[in-house]
Amino acid sequence: MKIAVCVKEVPDPGPNRRIDPGTLRMDRSGDRSLNAYDLNAVEEALRLKEAAGDGEVVLVSLGASKALDSIRKALAMGADRAVLVSDEAAAGSDLVATSYVLAAALAAEAPDLVLFGQQASDADGAVLWAAVADRLKMPVVSQISELEVADGTVTAKRQTEFGYDRIRTTLPAVLAVADSLNEPRYPSLKGIMGAKKKPQDVKSLADVGVEAGRAGEAGSRTTVISLSPPEGRGGTVKIEDDGTAAQKIFDFLLERKLV
Amino acid sequence: MSTLVFLEHHGSSIQKGALGVLTKAVSLDPDTSAVIIGSGVGGLAEQAGRYGAKTVYVADSESLEAPLPQPRVDVISRLVKDKGFGTVLFAASVLATDVAGGVSARLDAGLNWDLNDLASENGTLVGKRSALGDTIRADVGWTSEPRLGLVRAGSFDAVESGGSASVEQVSADLEDFSARAVMVDQAHEEQSGPSIEDAEILVTGGRGLGTPEAFSLMEDLAAALGGAVASTRAVVDSGWYPYATQVGQTGKVVSPKLYIGAGVSGAIQHKVGMQTSQVIVSINKDPNAPIFDFSDLGVVGDLQTIVPALTALVKERKAS
Repeated sequence: MKIAVCVKEVPDPGPNRRIDPGTLRMDRSGDRSLNAYDLNAVEEALRLKEAAGDGEVVLVSLGASKALDSIRKALAMGADRAVLVSDEAAAGSDLVATSYVLAAALAAEAPDLVLFGQQASDADGAVLWAAVADRLKMPVVSQISELEVADGTVTAKRQTEFGYDRIRTTLPAVLAVADSLNEPRYPSLKGIMGAKKKPQDVKSLADVGVEAGRAGEAGSRTTVISLSPPEGRGGTVKIEDDGTAAQKIFDFLLERKLV
Repeated sequence: MSTLVFLEHHGSSIQKGALGVLTKAVSLDPDTSAVIIGSGVGGLAEQAGRYGAKTVYVADSESLEAPLPQPRVDVISRLVKDKGFGTVLFAASVLATDVAGGVSARLDAGLNWDLNDLASENGTLVGKRSALGDTIRADVGWTSEPRLGLVRAGSFDAVESGGSASVEQVSADLEDFSARAVMVDQAHEEQSGPSIEDAEILVTGGRGLGTPEAFSLMEDLAAALGGAVASTRAVVDSGWYPYATQVGQTGKVVSPKLYIGAGVSGAIQHKVGMQTSQVIVSINKDPNAPIFDFSDLGVVGDLQTIVPALTALVKERKAS
């Protein structure tokens, strides 16, 4: 079984993330890592491959060429190779453009299964799998908290607002897994050493057969008009526990007459 | 411009959030219609009319019974093409999110998500959203029609305007690949016991508890404070705590006087369910946990020692 896992490099979560006020795009110049939610998809792909006894796990990504630094973490976990579509003309791609480019790269791989994590931690997007599935004309199941793949059939349990659904479909399929599905493994030292030598193909838009007008801002249909500071809650306080944290919380609650 | 709102239903009622989006859409564009997709759903059209929809399109077929996204992508995409809607709006849910993503690809239509408001500025639709863990607000737009928007749960109140809609049946022809996913079964728990939505104090345990047994720490603290115990999707999915206690996008939306989160990271899925709590206190060992960005008091530390110590202090106070 050939499993493609869509992964993305994102700016490290935390207070240093910013949107560039000039381009109105995410500033990707600071510390970066693989989107943490993608690790659950990588882990599940590795488990499916191990259970099947053979197969291939291919990472597919769209991003700057330096994104390979982050993608290598998933290679170190055990993925076999990576395909990174990297092209100046793809910068600033929205959902329409990103799904078009990824679908083209995925179609070239012809995987049995395409896996996604539950969301991207930078733009909080949780829609890409549905768009990619439509372009690939494959069935899609999202929010998966339990997964079985056997004999060309997928059985997945997903959580909705009303409880749990169990959905069955056939391969090839696009699946988005919840972060509760598994606990991603840590790369072993051997895995880290070996990751650099695994195939890492950097492809241009032309390489995957995408016309320049379908990617980047030219291929996008949404725009950021302006940014403004939030209406904050105001006065958030963060302390490190030095042994007195319980007392400090208690005093805080007492002050507000909550105990 | 004309607007179409997807009305998701559950059982015999339309989701309140979807009716809220319809209410807002009608206020921005009197030429707003709605679409209802399912099996045996004809009776729901009248409800939609009362919230101001001009026309309610109904796709009614046994093949549309299960709440699966792709058949809905087929119906909505065809409807948008046939009628030329300029805007299509969705109230965010597990189902609607996947439907919106699919329609975006099918029609090459721009999709903005996480919208918490919509406005018409100089005749142009503008979406408002927060980004980067709500540390920044963005006005977002569309460069072509149709424009697709996913609205965050609870953004708009549903208000009846007393109208009545004309009803039009639409075809339920499906693409081959859209019919390849089937519902095997659904386990929808009915609520039992007091609801976490009514509690004034909520003690919430997340995956950082490490084990299901650690929920006893939450229960002890909740009992001392006179509150209830809530949970996150991650622990519910892992079977550590019941679904009825889950706060978030796919759980309950709560607004207690005091919310205490222990081992809760504050992922967006959880945050949208609790951000309107009056006072938020959080304990997490990860100093970068997003929950610290919207906590009145955040403590970086080990919940296993802090929570029992806090419980003891509260008990001591109550005893004196």
